[in-house]
Amino acid sequence: MAFDARAVLRTMWRIRHFEERVGQLKRADEVHGLLHLSVGQEGVAAAVCSQLRDDDPVYSGHRAHGHAIAKGAPLDRVMAELMGRDAGLCRGLGGSMHLVDLSRGFMGATGVVGGNIPMALGSALAARLRGGDQVAVVFFGDGAVQAGHFHESVNLATLWGLPVILVCENNGFAEFTPRSAHTNVERVSDVVAPYGLTRDTVDGNDVEAVWEAFGGFLDAARGGAGPMLLECLTYRLRGHYEGDPAKYREAIAKADWQEKDPILRLQRRGAAGGWFAEEEAIAIGRETADEVEEAVRAARESPFPPAGLAAELTYASPPGRSPEEPVRA
Amino acid sequence: MKTTYLKALGEAMARAMRADPDVLVLGEDVAEGGPYGTTTGLVEEFGAERVRNTPISEGAICGVAVGAAQSGLRPVIEVMFIDFVTLALDQLVNQAAKAHAMSGGQLTVPLVLRTQGGAGRRWAAQHSQSLESWLTHIPGLKVVMPSRAADAAGLLASAIADPNPVVFVENKTLYFKSEEVPDDVEPVPIGSAAVLRAGRDLTIVALSRLVDESLAAAERLAGEGIEAEVIDPRTLVPLELNAIVESVKRTNRLVVAHEAVEHGGFGAEIAASVQRAAFDWLDAPVERVGAPFSPVPFSPPLEDAYVPGADEVYAAARAVLR
Repeated sequence: MAFDARAVLRTMWRIRHFEERVGQLKRADEVHGLLHLSVGQEGVAAAVCSQLRDDDPVYSGHRAHGHAIAKGAPLDRVMAELMGRDAGLCRGLGGSMHLVDLSRGFMGATGVVGGNIPMALGSALAARLRGGDQVAVVFFGDGAVQAGHFHESVNLATLWGLPVILVCENNGFAEFTPRSAHTNVERVSDVVAPYGLTRDTVDGNDVEAVWEAFGGFLDAARGGAGPMLLECLTYRLRGHYEGDPAKYREAIAKADWQEKDPILRLQRRGAAGGWFAEEEAIAIGRETADEVEEAVRAARESPFPPAGLAAELTYASPPGRSPEEPVRA
Repeated sequence: MKTTYLKALGEAMARAMRADPDVLVLGEDVAEGGPYGTTTGLVEEFGAERVRNTPISEGAICGVAVGAAQSGLRPVIEVMFIDFVTLALDQLVNQAAKAHAMSGGQLTVPLVLRTQGGAGRRWAAQHSQSLESWLTHIPGLKVVMPSRAADAAGLLASAIADPNPVVFVENKTLYFKSEEVPDDVEPVPIGSAAVLRAGRDLTIVALSRLVDESLAAAERLAGEGIEAEVIDPRTLVPLELNAIVESVKRTNRLVVAHEAVEHGGFGAEIAASVQRAAFDWLDAPVERVGAPFSPVPFSPPLEDAYVPGADEVYAAARAVLR
């Protein structure tokens, strides 16, 4: 698929505005809970998800807003979820770390680092056994690579040749600790070398590079190959969670960040390459900011979910049957 | 026809796989039949795509099953010993059990986790535990624990058809017991108890291996003129509490018996629920039978003394009849 600079730019701006607004709303106590923002890392989500179909299953971790939005989850429903409202993607029962939009193939985020990886293998296995050509994708950070689930899953995915692409967003920090304090292996793509996995490491803030590398993997996986691992080196501009004073690292200098910022980089590249006019990029930024404001407005209008909702949804009912009595345990 | 608990389970899996191409079996050595032979013959009939041997990676196996179930398959996974469920708990407890509710009802996880527990084989403390009560504490999981071959087959059919994650707890000492089972096994609804012996003087609620032990104790009591009613709940979550309460309202006395450590065992849940529902009908404190508060010992005479049986159930019955 040819690189679609406009679509990627729009998605990145959508995520950036959304998350910066979430940061403000957290301080105003309008959105709740543990919030992990991906400001600075939007390029990976946008370049990967823009190439996927709605029926390609995607899994994410605790830093999931960008992946959900890039996969097509409506902004107002993501925002309503973070506010704990009934109109939220998960009717307010999931929250920031558990976003799901089944209709868009966003199979779910998990708050337990690494726990999402084997689940993506399961969705890839389902695609294969049912004769489909869907490709499963799972996003995780470099912190997950030291978890047992990662190694069990890489081994199993390789053994079974599953159509799954493991996308590691290596931002250099596992929560508060630099990668060097967690492991002696600097590159995640080196960690998986013995398994014989197809693998690559790219600059995750260069969206064109992510697009090209992921696109190549996707074509191969669509044709039945797999698994693959794509390591995207990126930078988390904010703390591990909203409210993290981030005393463990020095703030990046403004000039350095302007060099790194995946959005500004694409805008410079796009203007220089004649992909789009500067005014067009500015318009995209403005339009997406308006979309986010509209999402905030719509989310605020939703009521909180009914009190009994968690009990009602603890168990699924068989298709065609009315909901079971809540199970008394 | 005469069969065993083990063969009844294998047949139930085969029937489910014939009826629904989305059913698949995953686990360590399942293509070889596993250590007991429960899955023997499945790979020959259904092939290696649907009967998948896995590495010794319980976390990944369970995670793969959760993802596969969320994407439309009906995986049946085997965790060889319930002791190893510890390695799959993140996937079972944090993912499978919560996916439906956390997603606002979007996801369903129709998976069955088959495993077996219990002592009695000299397999020591890491291959002999009874950990079912842990799992009954997790909203979103169903927990099934049959003692009869026909119930095992009927409940496994229901578990595979259920849209929720079901933990199916077998017992290694029940596998080879010969039993009469109808040729056409009917599905047993999850959440229905069975009264295996009617009686008027006391109620014994027993789980898994303790059901036969309780029937033996009831036989001994009958020789002394005492008629014990023996109930097998078959399903712990959801529990058919009414069946137990109705019985207690007639007998006024209750013994709860299981092989798990008594402290924190599921018997405590049953006892508490019954005293709330039938306090005015109880003529004696509820007695519990369970294992002592120590790891399962290896040494044969110590293990034999550790595992509760008919003698302990009999003594508890005598205590509530005093």
